[in-house]
Amino acid sequence: MPNGLIAAVAIAFLCTARITAADTIYVSNEKDNTVTVVDGKTLEPVKTIPVGQRPRGILLSKDAKSLYICASDSDHIEVLDLVSDKISRTLPSGADPEYSALDPSGKLLYVANEDDNLVTVVDIDRGEVVTEIPVGVEPEGMGISPDGKYLVNTSETTNMAHVIDTATRRVIANILVDSRPRRAVWTADAAQFWVSAEIGGSVSVVDAAKREIVKRITFAVPGVPTEAIQPVGIAITRDRKLAFVGLGPANRVAVVDAQSYEVLKYLLVGQRVWSLAFNPDQSRVYTTNGVSNDISVIDVASLKVIKSVPVGQAPWGVVSRP
Amino acid sequence: MSSWRHATLLMVILIVAAALAPAASAGEETVRIGWLSQAVKRSLPLSYLDQPPQDEGIQGARLGIADNDTTGHFTGQSFILAEAIVPEDGDVAAGLRELTAKGIRLVVTDLAAPELLSAAGMPEAVGITFFDTGSASDRLRGEDCRANILHLLPSHAMLADGLVQYLVAKRWQNLLLVVGHGDGDREFAGDIHHAALKFQARIVQEKPWTFIPGARRTDTGHFAIQAEVARFTQGISYDVLVVADEGDEFGDDLSYRTFDPRPVAGTQALVPTAWARPHEQWGATQLQERFLHRAKRWMTDRDYAAWMAVRAIGEAATRTKSADPAAILAFMRGDRFELAAYKGARLSFRSWDGQLRQPVLLADARSLVSVSPQPGFLHQFSELDTLGIDKPETKCRMG
Repeated sequence: MPNGLIAAVAIAFLCTARITAADTIYVSNEKDNTVTVVDGKTLEPVKTIPVGQRPRGILLSKDAKSLYICASDSDHIEVLDLVSDKISRTLPSGADPEYSALDPSGKLLYVANEDDNLVTVVDIDRGEVVTEIPVGVEPEGMGISPDGKYLVNTSETTNMAHVIDTATRRVIANILVDSRPRRAVWTADAAQFWVSAEIGGSVSVVDAAKREIVKRITFAVPGVPTEAIQPVGIAITRDRKLAFVGLGPANRVAVVDAQSYEVLKYLLVGQRVWSLAFNPDQSRVYTTNGVSNDISVIDVASLKVIKSVPVGQAPWGVVSRP
Repeated sequence: MSSWRHATLLMVILIVAAALAPAASAGEETVRIGWLSQAVKRSLPLSYLDQPPQDEGIQGARLGIADNDTTGHFTGQSFILAEAIVPEDGDVAAGLRELTAKGIRLVVTDLAAPELLSAAGMPEAVGITFFDTGSASDRLRGEDCRANILHLLPSHAMLADGLVQYLVAKRWQNLLLVVGHGDGDREFAGDIHHAALKFQARIVQEKPWTFIPGARRTDTGHFAIQAEVARFTQGISYDVLVVADEGDEFGDDLSYRTFDPRPVAGTQALVPTAWARPHEQWGATQLQERFLHRAKRWMTDRDYAAWMAVRAIGEAATRTKSADPAAILAFMRGDRFELAAYKGARLSFRSWDGQLRQPVLLADARSLVSVSPQPGFLHQFSELDTLGIDKPETKCRMG
C-alpha cells in the first residue's frame, strides 16, 4: 500500500474516531431505577442518574436536549434534562408505559401501555394525553415512519404488527407475524419496516406500501439451541446496507445484509442482548445486555465488538446523543 | 387524574366501537370452547396461608378468552367459553353432554384422570378433543393415553426431570427420597428414580413418611414434628432431601428440621412447576398482573394450564383464520404451531403423547430459583424434550 494511501486511511480513521468520540450514551437500567451515562469517547461510565421506577424504553427529544424515559412502574414518562441531568418534568402516559416513539415534529409521543392494550398519544408541550388507541394484547414495539404518517405497534400476545394512521389515529392494517413480536423499525427510505419476533425466533421484513411480509429472516448459531435465539432489538443503517439484530439469550448480534437478507455474521456480545442503537454517524452499534449488566460496542466498519462497558442492573434501553 | 381517566375511557369506548364496526360487519366468526370441571374437596394445606381457591383453573380459561378476543377484534373472530362445572357428587357425563349438545368440539377439562378417561370414552366424545389442565399423571400420557386428549400441565416425569437436572447441575447428586401415601406421590417418586438414572444422580435411600402428627394447629405441636424429622433423617448421608407429598400433608414440615442442614426440594420447598408466583421473566409480569386484576388472587399452575389451553386454541384460530375445530386442531398438532407462554420458549405439542413441551420452573414461595432444561442437557431435536418421556420410550399407543 502506498504511503500516501496509508496516511489517508489513517486520517480517515482518525476523523471517524474523532466524530464518534463526540457522542454520549444513555442506558436505562430496569432493575436499578437509574440511567447510566457513558462517555462515547473513553467508553467509560461517567454518571448514574436516579430516575423513576423500572425505566425501560428511552428516546431523545428532537432537539437532543432531553431524554424521554418510560418509567413503567411509576406509570408516567419522565423528561430528563440532559444539561442538568435532573428530571425536569413528567408526562402522563397511561399505565405501564414500556416503549415509545417520537413524532418527527418532536411534538407528540406515542406510548405503548403494556397492561392496558393501548397506545397513548401524548402532547409533549402541553403535557397531556391527546387520545388512546386500542391495540392487541401487550403492546410493545413502536416504530414511526420517517414522514410521521404511520405508526407501527407490535402486540406481544396478539402476535401482530398494527399499522396506525397517525392522522385519523385508527388501526388501518394488521399484519400477523411470528410469536411475541417486540420491535418495529422502519428503514430510512420508508419502504419497509422490520418486526422482530422473540419467541418465533425471526424478523419479518414488511413492505410498507403493500403491508405484506416480503421476507422472514431466521437465524442459526452453531452450538446455540434454537430456543435461545430470541430476536429483539433491530438497527438498520440509513443506506439500508446492513441490519443488526440482537438475539437475546443467544448472546449474539446478527449482522444481516439488508438488501439480500442474508445473515453475514454473528457477533458475540453480552448475555441476553436486548436493545440496539447507532451512534450519530452510524459507525458504531451499542447493545444493552440484560443479564450481564453491560453494553457492548460494535464497530460497524470492521463488524467487530470492540468493548463492553459495565452499566447498572438489567440494562434495557440505549440511545446515543451527538 | 380520575376525571381525565373517565374522559379518556369514554373516548376509548367510542374508538373501540368505531374500530370494531368494520370487523363485525365483515362477518364475525365465533370459536366456541367448552369448559368441563368437577368440584373436588381439597384437603386443607399444611400452611394456613394458602387456602385453595374455589375458582382455580376456570379463571385462567376466562383470561385466555379475553386475550383471544382482543386479538379477535383485529381478525374478525370472537371466542366464547361455555362452562359446565359439575358438583362434587355430580355427573361428569351429563356435563359433557351439555357441551356437545351445543355443538362444542374443543373442551378444556379440569378433571382427575379417571373422570377424564371416562368422559373421553363416551360415545358423545367422538370428534371431541379434550385439553387436560387438571392432571400431571404419567399414565394418562402413557399406558392410558388417548388420541383425543392433549395435556397442558407438565407430567410428573417432566417435573422430576426438571428438578433432577438442576440438582445434578448443582452437583447435589445424592438424594434422600421421602414419599407420601398418595398415588401421585408414588408416581412422582418413581419419576425421581428414573430421572436419577437418566441424569446420573443417586437415590441414597427412599423412605415412606408414616408419622401422623395429629391436629396441626395445636400449640407446641412443632416440638414433636421437629424431633420426628430430625430422627427420621439422622444417620443418612445425602445432599438434598426430595419429598413427594402432593396432598400437602407433611412436606412443609421438613425444611430446617432435618438432622443435618440439608435443603428440601420436590412437592414442597424448591418446587418444579408449570407456573409460580415469583415468576416474572419473559414478560410473565404482564400475565401475572392481568390475572391478579381479573381474579383478585395469584395465578396457580392449573390457572396457567387453562389459560394456555384457551390461548393455544386462539393462536391456531388466528393463524388458520378459521373457527373450524378440525382446522384449528390440524394446525395445533402440526409443525408450525408455536405458543408463546412467558417461559422464553416456543411451546408445542408432542406428537407421541399429546403433551405440551415446555420449560419447568423451579421456585420456592418467594423466588424463582431456576428454569429447566438446564444448560448442557442436550437433545437431538429440542432441548425441551430432555424433560419427560421422549418418543423412543413412550408407552402411549394411540389408535
